[in-house]
Amino acid sequence: MFGYAGRMLHVDLEKKKSHVETLQEDFCRDYIGGNGFAIKILYTHSSPKIDPLGPENPLIFAVGPFAGTMVPTGGKYIVQAKSPLTGFMGEAVSSGYWAHALKYAGFDAVIVQGRSEKPVYLFLDDDTIQFTDAGHLWGKDAIETMQMTREDIGDENVAVAAIGPAGEKGVRFACISNDRHRQAGRTGMGAVMGSKNLKAIAVRGTRGIKVSNLDGLREACKELYEQCQGPFTETYRVSGTPSSLLLYHTIAALPTRNWQDAVFEMAESIGDKYVRERWGVKAIACAGCPIACDHITVVKEGSEGKLLASVEFESLYALGSECGIGDFPTINKAVDLCDRIGMDTISTGVTVGWAMECYEKGIINSEHTGGIDLSFGHTEALLQVIEKIGNREGIGELLSLGVKRASEITGRGSSHFAMHNKGLELPGYDLRGLKASVLGFNTSTRGGCHLRSSVYDFDLKGKVDRFTAHAEYGKLVRDREDLWAIVDSLMLCKFIRGVLGTYEPLAKLYSLVTGFDIRPEELQKAGERIYNLEKAYNIREGWRRLDDYPPPRIMSDPIKSGVAKGSLVTKEEFDLMFESYCRHRGWTPEGLPTRSKFSELGLEDIANDVSIEREEA
Amino acid sequence: MPRRFIVNDPEKCTGCRICEMVCSAEKEGVFNPILSRIRTVELGVVLNTAVACRLCETPTCVKSCPRKALTSEDKSGIILVDESRCTGCGWCIEACEFGALALHPERKVVFVCDLCNGNPRCVDLCPKDALDLKTTEEVTQKMRGKVVRKLLEEDTHS
Repeated sequence: MFGYAGRMLHVDLEKKKSHVETLQEDFCRDYIGGNGFAIKILYTHSSPKIDPLGPENPLIFAVGPFAGTMVPTGGKYIVQAKSPLTGFMGEAVSSGYWAHALKYAGFDAVIVQGRSEKPVYLFLDDDTIQFTDAGHLWGKDAIETMQMTREDIGDENVAVAAIGPAGEKGVRFACISNDRHRQAGRTGMGAVMGSKNLKAIAVRGTRGIKVSNLDGLREACKELYEQCQGPFTETYRVSGTPSSLLLYHTIAALPTRNWQDAVFEMAESIGDKYVRERWGVKAIACAGCPIACDHITVVKEGSEGKLLASVEFESLYALGSECGIGDFPTINKAVDLCDRIGMDTISTGVTVGWAMECYEKGIINSEHTGGIDLSFGHTEALLQVIEKIGNREGIGELLSLGVKRASEITGRGSSHFAMHNKGLELPGYDLRGLKASVLGFNTSTRGGCHLRSSVYDFDLKGKVDRFTAHAEYGKLVRDREDLWAIVDSLMLCKFIRGVLGTYEPLAKLYSLVTGFDIRPEELQKAGERIYNLEKAYNIREGWRRLDDYPPPRIMSDPIKSGVAKGSLVTKEEFDLMFESYCRHRGWTPEGLPTRSKFSELGLEDIANDVSIEREEA
Repeated sequence: MPRRFIVNDPEKCTGCRICEMVCSAEKEGVFNPILSRIRTVELGVVLNTAVACRLCETPTCVKSCPRKALTSEDKSGIILVDESRCTGCGWCIEACEFGALALHPERKVVFVCDLCNGNPRCVDLCPKDALDLKTTEEVTQKMRGKVVRKLLEEDTHS
């Protein structure tokens, strides 16, 4: 095969054994790669209702057919397992050299099962699979672990994906890190890795990857590289994701103080321009990316020297406005702490923001916090609490469970302002005034997420009326979910969507790389298949329509100020869009795929697991 | 005509490693950085560069080869490898201060940048124009410019 390595590695941590499975052409065409491979493997290799932190939860890493090649931004990898945060499908995406290395080593996917008795790290040295003692790495932070692993192996070019202490200790939103500061951040995949006593996966790939039509691919990519220096990626190149902060603040869509407001009076001081001029150093790229959106900042710290971090918009929101913090050096430090401890910055920030509101309302007091003044805007408190979460000590034990569980345990009305969907803390878009987005963020199969459909593109660019719910948004979300399932299976970065974001050019690139003749409609069908399979996984885990509602605050507390003042999403509005969405999906009004939909997608066997019994029930 | 070789501008280089991918594909028909004639180096996240053969006037690699497998082409300065003589001993690799030569893992002979007939793919495809074909004089001129700019900046700031 071309583009694909054509092989999947099975690793059994308990028996310390591994074997290679050859991938069939049909499997590749039906599931494309990355997301498609991972959900198919996850669905097939796990029983329903397993303990996400038990040895029976398979942890899957997968790359796409473009990984290793010159296709721009093709070097992403996905991690899937049952999420310890949501109890549904867990899924996190990262990029960097690790994905390329895995392909060069000759693998499209790795499935890790069981649990090692003692801490280990895996070293995939092409075909030689080593289970190496990780006793000396246990307790080390994620960045140290990557460096120490490379030093152990004696090769600076080895790519390492690792967890920090949070993953070891089972923080439910622990992430997996690679290339120093890239993270597969969401849904607690680091906790699953830690539960297996697996500290890191180091990869050295020297086999390379061939494509079907090199000349054609080179020509197509040259054009894409050039377009990537043009207007459609300009914001990413010049400002990076932090540019969203001031924009959302201006249109009253920047969640502030745990979504009590949508404008942040200190936005200017953490806005991209001010930050870049004062602390910006350079924009760097992930391996294989011609855009380079990662605007690195360095903050000088007392006598200690300099602190370098990669601060994206979501971190500026979650550790900034969400917690009422307008001091960039604090956010820079908080991001570095999360990166080292190995925690998702969105979930960390939103959980701390929730705790700050509890503190403000007297639901949590200084006795609970161990004396920390957890008022909004208290910079030292943020940093202290992050460390406590990482160690799962004091108030950190409660917060390490994520905002859904923490609010259920705490009670006293705190679930009303627990900002999550299906247990996944919400990213920085105030959905009360983004009414196409509110649907997509909540139908998302991995829980509250902006990257499963990203229809905020329409809300923000004025392509839809962002203040009024319309049934047509159901189709927008459905179409984007299927397209994004393909983008996540080809494993491209969504930041290239301005120049490469429709089925036709994607199908063309796919054919150049793999040699498979594929029509855009087939690709679209594969996207729908992948999304329906994710949904089926969630239904098998007990998903109910109730799980797709936005958090109560979005449906009852209107935005307080700015141009979106007074806006909220009523249950009737959400139902209108949700039912339209289900119609466009060919699902029942309750959100259940039908047997005929599954058959149409070639998923007949899945229908027996999930659809009929529920339709009749 | 003065020799032109591939230079990298670390200020423009983002560390994307596309040069390694396109070089290996061009020369070996496979995407595989270890077969690339240009290699990237990253130090401390933000210092990125890429290194290929500098076409030295008195190349240490040529001097070091015990079997006279390497020669420097008169005009271009390109290092030619006589694969029938090369035993893959690696002395040239150690002799080169830039890490510009490498050993082919299968053929067990060394390989080095040949400038792709004067139109290097890496230079052509570098998305950030961080790679260029330059003479030593052009590089020197650029460095002079840099010093002056720095002096100017210091002057305005003082």
